[in-house]
Amino acid sequence: MQPILEVEHLKKYYPLRHSFLSSQCDAVRACDDVSFKLYPGETLGVVGESGCGKSTTMKAVIRLIEPTAGSVILQGTDFLSLRGNELKQARRHIKMIFQDPYSSLNPRMTVKEIISEPLDITKGYADREEREEIIVHTMQQVGLDPEFTNRYPHEFSGGQRQRIGIARAIILHPEVIICDEPVSALDVSIQAKILNLLKKLQRELGIAYIFISHNLGVVRNIADRVIVMYLGQIVEEGNNTELFQDPQHPYTQVLLSSVPGLSGGGPVIMQGDVPDPADPPSGCRFHTRCPYAAPICRLQKPELLENVPGHRCACHRTAEISLSGKAETEE
Amino acid sequence: MKFKRAQIGAVTFEGGYHNYYQESWRLLKKNRIAMFSLFVILALFIFACFALWIAPYDPNKQVLANRLMPPGPKHWFGCDEFGRDILSRCIYGCRVSLSVGLFSQFIACLIGYFMGVAAGYFGKKTDAVVSFLIQMFSSIPFLLLAMALMFALGSGLINLYISLGLLSWAGTARLIRGNVLQLREREYIQACRVDGGSDMRIILRHLLPNCIPTLIITVTLGIPEAILAEASLSFLGLGVQSPTASWGSMIAGSEAFIRTSAFYSLFPGLCIIVTVMAFNMLGDGLRDALDPKLRR
Repeated sequence: MQPILEVEHLKKYYPLRHSFLSSQCDAVRACDDVSFKLYPGETLGVVGESGCGKSTTMKAVIRLIEPTAGSVILQGTDFLSLRGNELKQARRHIKMIFQDPYSSLNPRMTVKEIISEPLDITKGYADREEREEIIVHTMQQVGLDPEFTNRYPHEFSGGQRQRIGIARAIILHPEVIICDEPVSALDVSIQAKILNLLKKLQRELGIAYIFISHNLGVVRNIADRVIVMYLGQIVEEGNNTELFQDPQHPYTQVLLSSVPGLSGGGPVIMQGDVPDPADPPSGCRFHTRCPYAAPICRLQKPELLENVPGHRCACHRTAEISLSGKAETEE
Repeated sequence: MKFKRAQIGAVTFEGGYHNYYQESWRLLKKNRIAMFSLFVILALFIFACFALWIAPYDPNKQVLANRLMPPGPKHWFGCDEFGRDILSRCIYGCRVSLSVGLFSQFIACLIGYFMGVAAGYFGKKTDAVVSFLIQMFSSIPFLLLAMALMFALGSGLINLYISLGLLSWAGTARLIRGNVLQLREREYIQACRVDGGSDMRIILRHLLPNCIPTLIITVTLGIPEAILAEASLSFLGLGVQSPTASWGSMIAGSEAFIRTSAFYSLFPGLCIIVTVMAFNMLGDGLRDALDPKLRR
């Protein structure tokens, strides 16, 4: 199958100037050489701890921030080279749902104005009647009463606000939606409802989601494939069951062990903090905190290799670790 | 039964709370000083609009027999050195003061908003240039610059609007810049950009409605400053041209008679004080009512 979104060697560096006089520039590598593919109708989970560059990467993909280097191919066209009206039209196909339903809706606009904005920008309707029809239909799709059109966002609860955000994202029937932690600001009981809504919309409209989250339970629930990021790089990528049941990268193992009930055994405690992304460790970026670090990890950067089909992992010691992991469970 | 009534009460409150401005108006109505000021300002506007009918005499008619006549039953505020009725001149002076306040602040608001947005939204070099301009405009003494501009443009009402407007945008721009710096990180701005919205759309449809409270406050607090500036310029002979009544020029004319006929300078002075205080107190009330930080 042809991927709908293909991201290759995407980089986003934020330059840092040490002092006023020194011309030598360092950079925070928020997203450092990230490549992945997204297929139509699937959900790609993106996990990692805070500050690992999940959001930055996806914002660079959708060009909310301009990437430093790399390429983004959306439906066969180079999304990064588009300008002006072409870009505006291409933006119909990729949308975003934001984390905070309180700051993602303009408090001075009515629900209708908020939802119809993408429609108005692209002039995606024939006449006024059709516009009304699309708005009402979209509101029904996300479970909002069309009578609410003239209300203001503050009159709604967090869950309903997120529904408004989803309505705005789906009104133009995009092929890809980037969900930036869409449920982490909501109550647990509402989280499930919103997740079910997202799944329902995916079934009906065939949308592909990129689902950013630090909640592994949610990702386990919704994602088909999962990417694990650490310090701006992908360390592991695999399908949901494989990644959660047989994690290959030590970082993934640590991450999974930190969630009670998701994996057998107690939590593996990592030493130290996340290193400074402006001055990442040499070799494997995880070696400073890795319980299995060997001398080679400090010297050589591991490649993201596909050891098992459909399962990529960037670790020198994958083979040895998975053996030792199994040995432990057998004991 | 009791429960039901409570519920109905809650519903009516929800129903009554339609939007931000209604809520602000509700808060403002509770503020007695602000409401009194609003009443005074409305009265001043009525004086200004209907001066022709309200004023008891022609403001420019000279009756030399009434020269420097003290206040009395026929001339409540007395007469000036040419025997013109001071009450009538004060009422006509209202026109000058209010129109200068309003129009100059409208110009200042327009320039200030777009300068502030340019600085806050585009950032980088634009911000550096605009911030430098703001610094420059706020560091040169206001009256000196206003005098220079009035010399260059020549005296007259329209030139007063323009020069005072050109000189008082800096404060508005600074506030709007700060406002926009805060707003531009909001996710709804990002959402609009994801949808392909142009900068103009973001500036007019998303930033402007969120900056309006700030603009209302700066305009209301800017009007008294403009009125004072007009009075100062007219006092110095750089404001409105001589027969036209203006509070500032009236005070200038009364200068020579301040020892003998104090009433002559007192009344136009009182007019300025009342107007300026009313606008200032309304501005304070509006700030309290519109400031989202004081809400809930």
